[in-house]
Amino acid sequence: MHIDAELLAKAVAKDEARRAARWQLRFRLGWAALLALLAAFVFFSLNVEIDFLTRATPFIVEGIWITLAVSSASIVLATLLAALGALGRLSSNAVVNAIASFYVSFFRGTPLILQLLVWYLALPQVGIILDPIFCAIGALGMNYGAYMTEIFRAGIQAVPLGQREAASALGMSGGTAFRRIIAPQAFRIIVPAIGNDFVAMLKDSALASTVALHEIVWRARNIGQKEFKTLQTFIIAAMIYWTLTIVFTAVQNRIESRLAAGDRNKAVKG
Amino acid sequence: MSDMKSLSTTPAVHALHPAEKPGVLVKPGAEPVLKATNVTKWFGENHVLRGASITVWPGETVCILGRSGSGKSTFLRSLNFLEDPTDGTVEIDGVIVGADPFHKEGSERQDRIREVRMRAGMVFQEFNLFPHLSVIENCVEAPIHVKGMPRKEAEAIAEKYLAKVGLLEKRDEYPSRLSGGQRQRVAIARALTMQPKVLLFDEPTSALDPTLVGEVLKVMADLAHEGRTMIVVTHEMDFAHEAADRVYYMDKGEFAEVGPPEQVIDAPKDPRTKEFLSRFRTLGSKK
Repeated sequence: MHIDAELLAKAVAKDEARRAARWQLRFRLGWAALLALLAAFVFFSLNVEIDFLTRATPFIVEGIWITLAVSSASIVLATLLAALGALGRLSSNAVVNAIASFYVSFFRGTPLILQLLVWYLALPQVGIILDPIFCAIGALGMNYGAYMTEIFRAGIQAVPLGQREAASALGMSGGTAFRRIIAPQAFRIIVPAIGNDFVAMLKDSALASTVALHEIVWRARNIGQKEFKTLQTFIIAAMIYWTLTIVFTAVQNRIESRLAAGDRNKAVKG
Repeated sequence: MSDMKSLSTTPAVHALHPAEKPGVLVKPGAEPVLKATNVTKWFGENHVLRGASITVWPGETVCILGRSGSGKSTFLRSLNFLEDPTDGTVEIDGVIVGADPFHKEGSERQDRIREVRMRAGMVFQEFNLFPHLSVIENCVEAPIHVKGMPRKEAEAIAEKYLAKVGLLEKRDEYPSRLSGGQRQRVAIARALTMQPKVLLFDEPTSALDPTLVGEVLKVMADLAHEGRTMIVVTHEMDFAHEAADRVYYMDKGEFAEVGPPEQVIDAPKDPRTKEFLSRFRTLGSKK
């Protein structure tokens, strides 16, 4: 039997599209069902008291600003430290390298919560008393800076050796080559990682509730415990974090695809 | 330590090989633009270059042939100190840099190396264009940020050379959008925009799809014929035959045979050169 090849190709393509659409539909239905289950749990197994919720929700939501402020300041501090740390780790100077690798090893080798408590509870012992917000920024920034140092270093090293050689062969000094050729290429590799870490930081900043920072979790626990309604308030807090994560992940994906398409966009503009 | 003090690098006494005579495009009385003397390189226990010397006059094209692993690329890369030689001296356009295996010299030597590099444009096997910069930006980057040339002037020079390699219409394109042959031609324009005294080519067509080799060789042949000074490490026998004033055959880190292509390629005397070239002949007809 003779089958027209073109017709066959069209039929195959149509079938593939139909299957993909069906997959998408099932995927979304799955999500919708799970969300409905969660909502049902919240509504039926708890005493939903509108009165309490209208009091508690705005109080907890207000913590978003503190969470965002601490996370933003910490990611800036971490980025600066990571840039310095990476340069140190790549330095030919043995002492500079030792300082950088010591920093990374120490801050990655101890728990973040312990570091946070040192800032808040132990430093006052030597006369250094800091506001919880600065404890949180200091602890998160230095801890994340240590992890990000290795990311930055890997990003810089991922730029092919040939790029360095081409820059050298054109007479560029090490500094010029780094600024003009290596750093811009490493930047494209590093930026998505910074975004990832920011999203992780949003959630790790909750640890600062232990040092009396009035962020989302602290608020949820405080208002909840007073009336034995922490289940309700923690669910509210969870929803806030979840929403923040979804929003900032979307932002990050956007930046990432912009970067990936950077060359094309610039070519069109130019 | 006393051992190290007694070890000194060889003084640079440059001697011409008997076959090194100025090529046809060299102006009478011109001095050599490049002299490499006794270039030696050890990679650990591995003796890669055993004292190779070369003399190039302005306007000449010389080709370095040799099997892979013979040290020819290492020699070329020693001329602009991408490889730091263990012994020997390189002089380009009056700038002299000697080997410094014990790192006794300071930043002043680094400055001289940069002077050498500004005078020696390099074209790599893998192109090494800067992917985050457009074609024109690739070309003007070093003239602006190394030589301090005004942007307008640098762009005018770059456009002249992009036109020469036939890619002026790609000036705002990014390297990722170019074919291998086009990338290599941009790399040549980038090297030329620095207005170097010598161009160094490190197997410039080896990474190319066979159908794209021709366009690059043609650009190189044009440059050779208009009197650019070029040192080309290559496996392209026809190019060497047609464009070179002199051919150097490298074997195990030293030049086994030096002379005009008609001699070294068509009638080699050294048994090592003969053996190498016989491999090219067995497969095909030389025109």
